[in-house]
Amino acid sequence: MAKAHVTTTVNGDPVEFLCDAEQTLLDVLRDELYLTGSKEGCGSGDCGACSVIVDDRLVCACLMLGVEAEGHSIETIEGMANGDQLHPLQTKFLEHAALQCGVCTPGILVAAKSLLERNPDPTEIEVRYWLAGNLCRCTGYDKIVRAVLDTAQEIRGG
Amino acid sequence: MRYEAPETIEGAVKLLAGGGPRGRVLAGGTDLLVQLRAGMIAPELVVDIKRIDETREIREEGGRLVIGAAVTGAELGEHAAAKAMWPGVVEATELIGSTQIQGRASLAGNLCNASPAADTVPALVAAAATCRIAGPGGERRVPVEEVCTGPGELSLDDGEFVVAFEFPERPPRSADAYLRFIPRTEMDIAVVGAGVNLSFDDNGRCAAARVSLGAVAPTVILVEEAGRALVGTECDDAALQNMAAAASAACRPIDDKRGTVEYRTKVAGVLATRAAKIAAQRAKGAR
Amino acid sequence: MAATSNGKANGATRWIGTRPVRPDGVDKVTGRARFGADVHLPNMLVGKVLRSPHAHARIRSIDASAALALPGVKTVVTRDDFNDLSSEFVPAGEMLVNYRDVVRNVMAREKALFEGHPVAAVAAVSEKVAREALALIDVDYEVLPHVLDVVDAMAPDAPLLHEDMITAGVEPAPTKPSNIAKVVEFKLGDVAAGFAEADIVIEREFSTQPVHQGYIEPHSCIANYSEDDQAELWCTTQGHFVVRGHCAKLLGMDVSKLRVTASEIGGGFGGKTVVYLEPVALMLSRKSGQPVKMTMSREEVFRASGPAAGTRVWVKIGMTNEGRITAGEAVLKYQAGAFQGSPVQPGCMCAFAPYDLDHVKVIGYDVLVNRPKVAAYRAPGAPQSEFAVESVVDELAKRIGMDPVELRLKNAAKQGTKAAYGPTFGPVGLVETLEQAKAHEHYRAPLKPGQGRGVASGFWFNIGGETCATLNLGEDGTIALVAGTPDIGGSRASLCLQAAETLGVDVERIRPLIGDTSTLGYTFLTGGSRTAFASGMAVVEAGKDMIRQLCERAAKVWDIPVEAVEWSDGEARPAGSNAGEFDPLSLADLARLAGKTGGPFVGRAQINAQGAGPSFGTHIVDVDVDRETGRVTIERYTVIQDAGTAVHPSYVEGQLQGGAVQGIGWALNEEYIYDDKGRLQNPGFLDYRIPVCSDVPMIDTVIVEVPNPTHPYGVRGVGETPIVPPMAAIANAVEGALGMRFMDLPMSPPRVLKALEDARIAEAA
Repeated sequence: MAKAHVTTTVNGDPVEFLCDAEQTLLDVLRDELYLTGSKEGCGSGDCGACSVIVDDRLVCACLMLGVEAEGHSIETIEGMANGDQLHPLQTKFLEHAALQCGVCTPGILVAAKSLLERNPDPTEIEVRYWLAGNLCRCTGYDKIVRAVLDTAQEIRGG
Repeated sequence: MRYEAPETIEGAVKLLAGGGPRGRVLAGGTDLLVQLRAGMIAPELVVDIKRIDETREIREEGGRLVIGAAVTGAELGEHAAAKAMWPGVVEATELIGSTQIQGRASLAGNLCNASPAADTVPALVAAAATCRIAGPGGERRVPVEEVCTGPGELSLDDGEFVVAFEFPERPPRSADAYLRFIPRTEMDIAVVGAGVNLSFDDNGRCAAARVSLGAVAPTVILVEEAGRALVGTECDDAALQNMAAAASAACRPIDDKRGTVEYRTKVAGVLATRAAKIAAQRAKGAR
Repeated sequence: MAATSNGKANGATRWIGTRPVRPDGVDKVTGRARFGADVHLPNMLVGKVLRSPHAHARIRSIDASAALALPGVKTVVTRDDFNDLSSEFVPAGEMLVNYRDVVRNVMAREKALFEGHPVAAVAAVSEKVAREALALIDVDYEVLPHVLDVVDAMAPDAPLLHEDMITAGVEPAPTKPSNIAKVVEFKLGDVAAGFAEADIVIEREFSTQPVHQGYIEPHSCIANYSEDDQAELWCTTQGHFVVRGHCAKLLGMDVSKLRVTASEIGGGFGGKTVVYLEPVALMLSRKSGQPVKMTMSREEVFRASGPAAGTRVWVKIGMTNEGRITAGEAVLKYQAGAFQGSPVQPGCMCAFAPYDLDHVKVIGYDVLVNRPKVAAYRAPGAPQSEFAVESVVDELAKRIGMDPVELRLKNAAKQGTKAAYGPTFGPVGLVETLEQAKAHEHYRAPLKPGQGRGVASGFWFNIGGETCATLNLGEDGTIALVAGTPDIGGSRASLCLQAAETLGVDVERIRPLIGDTSTLGYTFLTGGSRTAFASGMAVVEAGKDMIRQLCERAAKVWDIPVEAVEWSDGEARPAGSNAGEFDPLSLADLARLAGKTGGPFVGRAQINAQGAGPSFGTHIVDVDVDRETGRVTIERYTVIQDAGTAVHPSYVEGQLQGGAVQGIGWALNEEYIYDDKGRLQNPGFLDYRIPVCSDVPMIDTVIVEVPNPTHPYGVRGVGETPIVPPMAAIANAVEGALGMRFMDLPMSPPRVLKALEDARIAEAA
């Protein structure tokens, strides 16, 4: 089976790639485009370490085929900072020590960004349920939730 | 594996009919991709139905709600009219997996994965929803409860796929609810699921009731006895107790990694009761 | 020279106890940090492992000819490629491994001993081809009866995993082989006399299930073996020096020819202290002549990497009516998995460690079963035995109507307590954590109807060990800190703070690096909560070494004796009779003058750190129980722990919070589910249920600081103790809510509901 040619947008840039039909978007991001910030923790949508945003929807890159990306726009952790300016979530995660090993961090940041874009004033419970698909084994989630709530408050100008 | 993304129903039917038994329909892919990766399936052809407009729409047709097969949980959850008409169906859909899964998972995928534990199916069955199925012989309509015939088994013929779900008209003082039990608060497969759909007359008595249970039998079941236990009552504690007993009595579950026979049977009655209370409260508050 | 650092001994600290942004932080929030699987090499192959589908089977033959004939397949590795090794025990974390077993664990030889045991491996041009090749390898198995449960495995007629296993630690030695690898015993005083003094004696039997460390990053490595028998290995590990040693041994290499680089590590918790893929990847690379990358799937992680031991623990404790514990006795049976080496010994050591007792006896059994070989998991062995002891202590408190914190205070281990496992404690903080618990608002807050509150304490001894560090002074006065302990949870930040404190310079001027195995002398792994302590000590020593050099140079510049130079606030100052005679020379000044005064500055330390201070903690938890579904909800949680000195308090809090939530998972939902053929039914995060964000509340923390006198800044390890108390604290809280004591973990909804139903039936009868 010949590889498929896919035209897409990644972090605002036009990107073309070739992939097998079986390859997931995560395989493509990591192994074809070398965007290794999205991690594979499970390959079955259970850990959220590969969270990316596709056309404004938060998804697991491991649960989407690369060929499905045709014509769509993808945002990954590599596109979160604006040039040399970190996103407020990135800054708050550092200030709050909301990461330990850091392997779940890209997925959690992408997921949290997607939350704050929809809901600028989430409650603790809303943050916890929104992030329930992002497993973190190190932190016990406390500092992550605090960092997200604090970022929301800062963005609102509180 | 070949991937195709037709833009018409006819195009999809033609591909699927020609693809033989090793063709698969791809909607959200949240089950299909897991099975692909695990080597449980090795299809020669995958037909992505998301580029077909009919599968992507939520609309009202003369008081009836129609939800496209590939509408995602997130999209349905954001649809105020759908939520107002069928809160139980919408909450069931929103319970599938994480936020990320919600961005992809569809009603039709949840149904056609043919798991007895699918969250939306008890809610759809309780709602008396119908599937619009397209195939080489044209379109047909099938009640949701007749689509799955066993774990992993569907009544669909070669070349057929679900295009949309149609819901009945909503009488006044009607509402539905869905609850499931999982060990954690999120990310698990239902150990038991219960969908309840109630209509009340203007005297506050239950005029119609459908109770459906998931993960307690090889397929999602419609428990007519349980519904009957509520009809004509005010859904008081005694009626709810009878309903719960009927629900538990209808269970034919298995012991597996997610729960025991004993547990599922007991909790089916508990959840049906809790869901009925929510549905009744919604119905009485509605219109 | 009179160096006066800003250490605790001299009062206030400038850097220790502050919370700067960690030096590796930006890389980790931008996706730039490179973890095990994030590297690609030119000409790289993909390696995959063929695993046994059987829990126990003799391997009659392996035929890989069809796989080798597949286009794109470069080589296949089986048992025939590894030389057998004789029995030799070496440390791995707090546990020991035997090379005879390591070689068999990475590639099955005579038998497959658990489902998932590697049987062969291939290297091919792509993952797809590698997978196809695995399916073409023909293995002829003779399936044997298997055993999974620790008690079943101890039965005389149990299927034997190793036909030549004679129990060690028993006199006279048994004549017949068994699955019991070892019996250990710790005794203090005379338990019979102790129980004779007791008014109340309670004995109970407990069970815990194996639980996985659940690190989010699967095992991964890239090996690049060249034709001159030198090799490079990049891997995710808690200890690259240990990986080097194991791999060199298995491949018959000189350690100096193998350079191992530790990637960023996506969680370990003890599970990345051993080798799985690494020797196989090296062998595939050696045979193919190309770099080989191997990464486990999540399923492989569950099926084939080491969980914590499942256990059966019997405990008996005697107490007077006044609440004085007179004796404690326990028998621990721990699953080792397919090879000997469960953490039963540390389990025995820790069981009664929170108590100042005269009479203790603990016997431990190390038992083989057809499961993956257990690996260290955060305080390995301790959570299981302390769950049992802390549950019985709670029951004793309730029996005499004494507050459980009071009962613990009355019997708490303190400075001078002789522990049953040998040492007499120096300054330890258990009493302080209990006092803090008693005074905490949480402990006095009213409970809602139906809720229960539990407390439990926990102990871990912590370790030190062989450690190197260097500080390389740059020509502008900034410093590159090189440590050899992989940073899992922020230890680079803690090491930089300790270096900054020692040298008296701004922490921002120090950049850390985890050096590869050729940049430093042998450094033991990150484990045993030793990194902030032992690498910290090494960094402080390296700092002092550099200060000595800096003072010598200043003395040279000023032409005064070195004894007349003191180091203070990051600069050399003339002291004594020369005080004020010369302008101070800062680190940057001296760095600039390096070439003229004798050359570059490198501060070095190579130490064998001793005196790791043990850490005690006390947890308070409130639970709610749904009486109709059996679900236990954690409503509130507080962790109180002695950190010695909290170098970076945010990361200390993070350890306490993360450990507590892992314990919550262990207590409530995590377990391995096997079918009757010994095949794992839940090898994924869907059905192996680690806590998700919405499962838990905020985890409050209180850091107690009772400095460890052997560390220059008073540091104790903190990472492991917090996983010890949660299981008992939660069980004690559930008992408070329901009046029922759960002695078997997990307290999952079906188990809780069944107990409630049984009680209702009993009440009705």
